[in-house]
Amino acid sequence: MLSHLPILQVILPLLGAPACLILGRGKLAWLFALLVSTLSFCIAATLLYTVYHHGVISYALGGWQAPWGIEYRIDLLNAWLLVIVSGSSTISLLAAQSSISTEITLDKQGLFYVAWLLCLAGLLGILATGDAFNVFVFLEISSLSTYTLISLGPNRQSLWAAFRYLIMGTIGATFILIGIGFMYIMTGTLNMADLAERLPSASESPTVFAAYAFILVGISLKLALFPLHLWLPNAYSQAPSIVTTFLAASATKVALYLLIRFTYTIFPSEFSQFIIPLADIFVALGIVAVFSASIAAIYQEEIKRAIAYSSIAQIGYMVIGLGIGGVLGLQAALIHVFNHALMKATLFMALAGIAVRIGATTLTSMQGLGRKMPWTSFGFVAGGLSLIGVPLTAGFISKWYLVSAAALAGRWPLVFLILLGSLLAIIYIWRVVEALYFKSAADNSPVKEAPLTMLIALWLLILGNVYFGIDTRLPVSISYEAATALVEGRP
Amino acid sequence: MLSGIYGFLSASFFVLMDAVDVAFTEAAVGSGISPLLMLLTVALVGRHEKQNPGRGLPALVLVTITGALLIIGTLSMPDFGSANAPAQTHVGPYYIEQSAAEIGIPNIVTSVLASYRGFDTFGEVAVVFTAGIGVLSLLMLKSSTPETPAVTSAHKHKILRIVSKILIPPILLFSLYVQFHGDYGPGGGFQAGVIFAAAIILYTMFFGVDIAQQVVSSALLRVLAAFGVLLYGSVGLVSMLNGGTFLDYSALADNPITGQHIGIIVIELGVGMTVAAVMVMIFYCFAGQVNTAREADE
Repeated sequence: MLSHLPILQVILPLLGAPACLILGRGKLAWLFALLVSTLSFCIAATLLYTVYHHGVISYALGGWQAPWGIEYRIDLLNAWLLVIVSGSSTISLLAAQSSISTEITLDKQGLFYVAWLLCLAGLLGILATGDAFNVFVFLEISSLSTYTLISLGPNRQSLWAAFRYLIMGTIGATFILIGIGFMYIMTGTLNMADLAERLPSASESPTVFAAYAFILVGISLKLALFPLHLWLPNAYSQAPSIVTTFLAASATKVALYLLIRFTYTIFPSEFSQFIIPLADIFVALGIVAVFSASIAAIYQEEIKRAIAYSSIAQIGYMVIGLGIGGVLGLQAALIHVFNHALMKATLFMALAGIAVRIGATTLTSMQGLGRKMPWTSFGFVAGGLSLIGVPLTAGFISKWYLVSAAALAGRWPLVFLILLGSLLAIIYIWRVVEALYFKSAADNSPVKEAPLTMLIALWLLILGNVYFGIDTRLPVSISYEAATALVEGRP
Repeated sequence: MLSGIYGFLSASFFVLMDAVDVAFTEAAVGSGISPLLMLLTVALVGRHEKQNPGRGLPALVLVTITGALLIIGTLSMPDFGSANAPAQTHVGPYYIEQSAAEIGIPNIVTSVLASYRGFDTFGEVAVVFTAGIGVLSLLMLKSSTPETPAVTSAHKHKILRIVSKILIPPILLFSLYVQFHGDYGPGGGFQAGVIFAAAIILYTMFFGVDIAQQVVSSALLRVLAAFGVLLYGSVGLVSMLNGGTFLDYSALADNPITGQHIGIIVIELGVGMTVAAVMVMIFYCFAGQVNTAREADE
C-alpha cells in the first residue's frame, strides 16, 4: 500500500467528498471530514519523510508511463506543501464545527463539509501532479469549491465577494489554460518533466513567450499578487471565519507553488531571466505589495479584513524571496510559506473564536476582550508577534532568512525596506492589542471563552509558532534541499 | 438565443476540425443546457443591466493587451493541420499506433480520455460534482414541497402532453445508446449524461418541478451524483487492490484488454450518472427559485 501513497493523498478527500454527501449532515459529516483530513495529513507526513530520505517518487496513473499517461511526481517541494495544506485543513476542521454552527444553517452544514473536502482534494491534486493539464483540472475543483465555501458566509455580502472572486478566479484559470494550450502546441506534451526537456528548443518563439505570460498572469491572479489582489480582502473577510483560516493558510501557498514550479522546473531558466527582467519585477511588485497592503491594513476597522490585507503583504515577502533568487532567496520564500501558514492560521483562528462569541470582529466590538476571553486574546497576540517577526517566534526565522538573503545578494536598500515593512505590521497588530487589553468594554456583560475545540486548535497553532521559532531544523533543512534541487534543475 | 446559436456554431466548428466527440458535447451542453440556464437566470433577475460608467477605458486597454498577446502567441504556431507540428509528432502517434493493441477499442478519443488520461476525466467528473454542490448550497430547494402538486397548465394542454410522450422516450433511449456506444463511435458518459438530463428537464418544463420531483426526487439526485463519482473512483481502487496503479484497468481482468473494456464501460457509466444527476439538480434549483420568486410576486 505504501507505494500508492501519492495517489491516496489526493483520492482520499476526493472520494471522501461524495461519501460525505451520502453520509449526512451536521456532526457526522464533520467527524467524517475531520477523519479524512487527518488521514491525508498522516499520508503527507509519510510522503515528506520518504522523499527526504529516498528521493523523488513517481507514480504512473493508470499504469501508463509519462508522457503518455499522467504522472504523479512528489519531490521535496510539493511534499513540503502537501504537509502544509493538509495540516492546515486538519487543524481548521478541528475547530470548524463549533465555528460554523453559529454561521451556517444546519441543512447546509453537510454541503459545507463536502465542499471543504473537495477544496482540500483540489489543492492537494494541484500539488501532487506532474502533469500540466492535470494541474488545471484540479485547479477547477479547488476554485469552484472555494467559491462555494466563501458564498456560505454569514452575511449577504459574502455572495458578492464570492462572485467577484469567481470572476477573477475564472479569468486566472482561463489564462493558465491558454498558456498550457500554447505550450502543448509547441511541444506536443503535457507532462512537466517532458515539457522542461522540450521547451528550450522552442524558447525563441513568441508562442512560448505568450504561454509564459498567460500562465504568469493567471497564477498571479490566484496568488493575489499586487496589483491583482483586489478579490482577496472581500473574499477573506466575508467567508465563514473558519474557511478564512483554512484558505489563508493554504490557497495562496498553492498558487505560489505553481509560480515556483512553472518558473523553475518547466520553463527554461535562461528564458525567464533574460527575455523579461522577471526577478526585478517580482521584487518591485513584492515591495509595493508589502507597503500598500500594510498601510491599507492599518486603516481597517474590521480586523478580519485588516489581517486579509496583511496576507497580501506577506505574499509580497514571499515573492521578494523569489525575486532575490538563488538558493537563499528561494529558501527564504519556502520557509515563509510554512511560517506564514502557521501565523495566519493562528490569527484567523483567534478571530474565529471571537466571532463565535460576540458575532463580530470590528475593532470597537473587541474592546476589553482581553480580560473576558484571555485564552483566545492571547492567541491573537502570539500570532501577531509572529507576524511582526519577534525573536523566538516562527515569523522571526522567516524575516531572518529573507533579510540575510537580501544582504548576501548585496541589496541593502531591500534589507531596509523589509525591516520597514515589519514596522508597519507592528502598527496594525498594536491597534488590536490596544483594543483588547487597554480599552474597557462599552458593556460589561460577561463573554464566555471560545469553544473547547477551537481553543485546542488555537493553542496547537501557538505552540507551533513558538516551537518552529526555536527549533528550526525541520523547515530549514527541507527548504534548503528543495531550493537547491530547484536551482540546480535536478529532476 | 444568441448563446444557443453560438453553441451550435462552435459545435460545427469542432466537426470541421475532426473533433466529433467534442462537437457532440458542445451541441448538447452549449446549445441545450446552458442557454436554458441562462434563460432561467434572466427570469430570476431583471432584464436590464445597471449602468456602470467610468470603467470603459481601463477595460479596453486590458482587453487590447490580452488580445495582442493572443495574436503574438499564434505567430509562430505551426500551420493548421500541419503533419509536422509537435502535437502530431510527439505523443499523438503513440496513441494512434498503440491504442488498438493496448486498449482494443476503435475510438481513440475514448481510449485517451478514459484510459491514458483517465485521471483527468475523473477530475472533470469531480468538477461537475463540485459545480452541483456549489449550486445546491446556494439555491437549496425548500424541502416543504406541497403534498398535492397543483395541476399545471401542461395537463390541460393535450398537444404538449402527447408531444412529450412521443419525444421523451426516444431521447432517453438515444442517451443510453450514446452511453454504451462510446467505445465505437463518438459519444460517452458526458454526452449521454447531458442528453439524459435533457429528457428529464423537458419533462420538468412540461409538467413543473413538483411533478417531476415525484419521478426523480432531489434526494435521489444527490445520491446519484455522489454515486457516479464513487463508482469511477472505486474502479481505480479495485485496480489498486488487484496490484495495478490507480485506474489501471488492465489489472481488472486476466486479459488486459478485457480489463480495459470493463474499466472503460464502468467509468463511463459513473460519468454519465454524475453528469445527468448534476444537470437535473442544477435545473431543479434554478426552476425552484423561479417558482419561489413568482410566489413572492403574487
